[in-house]
Amino acid sequence: MHTSAPAPQGPPPYQAVGKHAVMPQTRHDEAARFNFLANMNQYLSAEFLPRVKRAYDKRALPRFQAQHGRAPEHRSEVRELMSEEPAYQTWSAMRRATMEQRQQAGRSVVLRQLDRLNDIARSAAAEPGLELTPGFKPPRYLTGVDHHCMPGGYVGELAADDVSAPANYDVGIFATTGGALGRYSDGGGTAVAEWLKREHPDFKPKRILDLGCGLGHNTLPLAQAFPEAQVVALDAAAPMLRYGHARARSLGVRNVRFVQADAEAVPEPDASFDLITTCMFLHETSYTAIRRVFAETRRLLAAGGISLHVEQPQYQNMDVYEQFVRDWDAYNNNEPFWTTMHDMDLTQLAVDAGFQREHTFETGVRAVVDAAVFPQAAALAKRQEDYGRAAAWYVFGARA
Amino acid sequence: MSDPVTLANAKAKGKRPWFFTDREAERVFNVALALLQELAVTRERLDTLERLLENRGVLSRSEIEEFAPNSAEASARSSMHKELIGRCLRVLQQELEALEEAPGLAATPEELSKI
Repeated sequence: MHTSAPAPQGPPPYQAVGKHAVMPQTRHDEAARFNFLANMNQYLSAEFLPRVKRAYDKRALPRFQAQHGRAPEHRSEVRELMSEEPAYQTWSAMRRATMEQRQQAGRSVVLRQLDRLNDIARSAAAEPGLELTPGFKPPRYLTGVDHHCMPGGYVGELAADDVSAPANYDVGIFATTGGALGRYSDGGGTAVAEWLKREHPDFKPKRILDLGCGLGHNTLPLAQAFPEAQVVALDAAAPMLRYGHARARSLGVRNVRFVQADAEAVPEPDASFDLITTCMFLHETSYTAIRRVFAETRRLLAAGGISLHVEQPQYQNMDVYEQFVRDWDAYNNNEPFWTTMHDMDLTQLAVDAGFQREHTFETGVRAVVDAAVFPQAAALAKRQEDYGRAAAWYVFGARA
Repeated sequence: MSDPVTLANAKAKGKRPWFFTDREAERVFNVALALLQELAVTRERLDTLERLLENRGVLSRSEIEEFAPNSAEASARSSMHKELIGRCLRVLQQELEALEEAPGLAATPEELSKI
């Protein structure tokens, strides 16, 4: 008989989330709301999603086969079929509701203390490492829609020197990930740093560029892994950079400059970086932007340098049902570029940008979670797939 | 900055997907899920209270489990339940009352406007 380790009991308590100076403070019931949402999301992925698959196998698929004499060949056929399936409708309605509830919960925490948070970030801005460009126009892909249901998106501002968007992102990401990204929600960055140390033990980048850094969740692990390196954390959204800068100062990380610029036109000289990373950024861009980002990456990478792009797996050669489930966010969680990006041939994109085909590679990484603090999350990261939310990623890389 | 309560509930830019065949059912379902969240929050708060009270020796959680109301307490509780049930299931009661209403007994706004 096959035996396995006892199932984890659930996400860690919200109180285990790492704090820093600009992190919004939570009262008892505010934390409880995130605890509920973390557990609800775990229920949806671990308990309910398998039921959706059973409904597909037992009910929807036979219906399709009877009608067409074959199985669905494209995820759009699965989507059309499943849109009539009650189990899928219910799962989707609940998943959408938890996303909206998570936004409401985070924003209500942040808005009651926004003046204080903005003041903290403003004080930190007097210290070096924050380079904003007054009058900077964010690219259309950031303003056309509010990504993953965040009202105002990444760039929205409610007050002068506003940090409400990143404060909401930071305080509530636990609800979506159940702590699987670690105390500081930096699992993607720690995964990349760990991979580099393991696969390239002699690699000592002097300059590191993190494109689309957001509030720097995944930038800081790189800065900490290579403390001698100069790190440029680049983003188009001023609020994210203000907050990221204040957060980095508070966490004692000093070797990062937070720079407001367009990842399609980076204000840095040719061949000036040894390591260029993106972490869950490419899918937030656009068809045109991603090509320019790859071209910039090639231009900026020094000889022997490494570029790494952390994303969810590409759709090529993936079962159509899994594609359909993974595509949920594109249709239902304001991720307009998600589908196109996951259909793209990234190797060809890199070759078009000037990389040599034999210098491109694909690999997988998993979040490195502090198992002492998050034993259940560490175990969960190993066993549970949440189709787009799990703390395990696909990495596309190219060497200069 | 406008009212923070309204702002916290703001809609994200972009088309909202609906999944149920019946939009009204999904709307009610969303309210029920929000209530589920708030129930969970209240349960967690009660749990915190009980644990703190127990840690300080004020009471033990087994006292709560074993608590048996005397007859006056039981009667008060029964009233509490009855009132809550009546308040929450008001619409069902009113639907039944409507059946009892003789046709033409209640005036319509059109009729009243002509008085």
